[in-house]
Amino acid sequence: MVESVSALERIIEIEVLRYRPEQEAAPVAQSYRVPFTDDMSVLQGLQYIKDHLDGTLSFRWSCRMAICGSCGMMINGKPQLSCQTFLREFYPGKLRIEALAHFPIERDLVVGVDDFIDKLASAKPWLIPREPRSLEQGEYLQTPRQLEQYEQFSSCINCLLCYAACPQYGLDSKFTGPGVLALLHRYNADSRDHGREQRMPLVNSLEGVWNCTAVGYCSEVCPKGVDPANAVNQNKVNSARDYFLRFLRPRAEGK
Amino acid sequence: MSARRPYMRPMNGWWRRDPFFVRYMVREATALVVALYAVVLLAGTLCLARGETSWNAWLALLRTPASILLHLLMLVAMIYHAYSWFEIMPKTLPVLFIGGRRVAGTTITRVGLIAAALATLVTLAVAWTLRP
Amino acid sequence: MKRSGQPVFWVLFGAGGMLAALFGPALVFITGIAVPLGVLLPQGFMNYSRMLSFAQHWAGKAFLLGAITLFIWHAAHRIFHSLHDLGIHTGVVARTLCYGGAGVVTLLAVWSLSAVGL
Repeated sequence: MVESVSALERIIEIEVLRYRPEQEAAPVAQSYRVPFTDDMSVLQGLQYIKDHLDGTLSFRWSCRMAICGSCGMMINGKPQLSCQTFLREFYPGKLRIEALAHFPIERDLVVGVDDFIDKLASAKPWLIPREPRSLEQGEYLQTPRQLEQYEQFSSCINCLLCYAACPQYGLDSKFTGPGVLALLHRYNADSRDHGREQRMPLVNSLEGVWNCTAVGYCSEVCPKGVDPANAVNQNKVNSARDYFLRFLRPRAEGK
Repeated sequence: MSARRPYMRPMNGWWRRDPFFVRYMVREATALVVALYAVVLLAGTLCLARGETSWNAWLALLRTPASILLHLLMLVAMIYHAYSWFEIMPKTLPVLFIGGRRVAGTTITRVGLIAAALATLVTLAVAWTLRP
Repeated sequence: MKRSGQPVFWVLFGAGGMLAALFGPALVFITGIAVPLGVLLPQGFMNYSRMLSFAQHWAGKAFLLGAITLFIWHAAHRIFHSLHDLGIHTGVVARTLCYGGAGVVTLLAVWSLSAVGL
């Protein structure tokens, strides 16, 4: 296939870790030469490959604007959103793309995310009111200060970059993980919520916050500034408080 | 029958794959030095309990070039422990406000490092006043 | 969901880490470099009679016990987790070595500080 390359176009080499379970036992690298302009994202590079060079390449994407969380992948070893990463950053070097780390590869750049989806509900990610509330009572009132306690944690787009960054999740997928724990904290920190007690068993368990060793890479890679490391590690203090003070509290069961 | 065959990549050598992880492992490794220094303090205390001859032997050991070199290495590791400790400390704290403005993580780190510097000076000053 | 027993070790880890971060460098410098070399402080700073009085005084005992135990428990917790990071699976053996080791150091510290008398 002859590519017509204008004098103004540059070519970048993109090496993708392919995996087609029906034809290979293990992933294998495949290189493509992709003409690009300065405004092109890595996602657009992949789309070029699929449209012009190799229609068999599989990858997830949707919004192209870093809000849907679909296009997470390892770009030169770092978990990033391909729609928010630009080809010009890597030129003239080679770009190596791999499926998001710590997840099983289904095909090419598509990973199985069932583990994360299954864990979401375990955080009880909904407002649990102190007592049932009627419409006549009107809306909840919340100050900007109260909002600030949880707002950043509500920005999560479920892109799973933090899971790809977290070595503890990679070493033991029983760990609830940064994203779900950040979501859990989002609700605990919301002044409208009174469900902290119900969420504590998860927080207090080994699979909760105690698998975390404060590596902090999750917060480094988060495209939305959620700071999951803060959500998890703040809750180590809460969990420790719960552990030591549980006998002082009038509760039905001391577990 | 499904054609799916999900592939799990191995975790061996994970921490060598990124400088961020290498720094993390170095941070964790400082614990070995903290343990070693605890043992050094313990050894001294044990020698002290055994009497003057034992204590003087311990002092002589501390004066050897090997011991001085070891303590220099321990000093470097302790300083890195202090630095990395305050670097990660903001993550354990909730969203803080002072005078209506949100306290940044970097501020907390800076305050911690200043506290460490002050503690060092105070310790040295106290030792100085207690000199024979 | 089983409640983890980690909080106990984590609190010790935190206290020891904070103590080491604030006072570790100065202590290593004084006890291992300055005094042995007679730099900034004379070698006699740590002579037997001074050290004995220090260890016999309740404040000296508290200081030595605090430093030794908090440092060792801080290290035990971190080393235990690092073994897991290195793929050395955290069974009873790893737990015994790390936390058990710290326990031994603690007992020896208590013993020697009581052996020096008052």
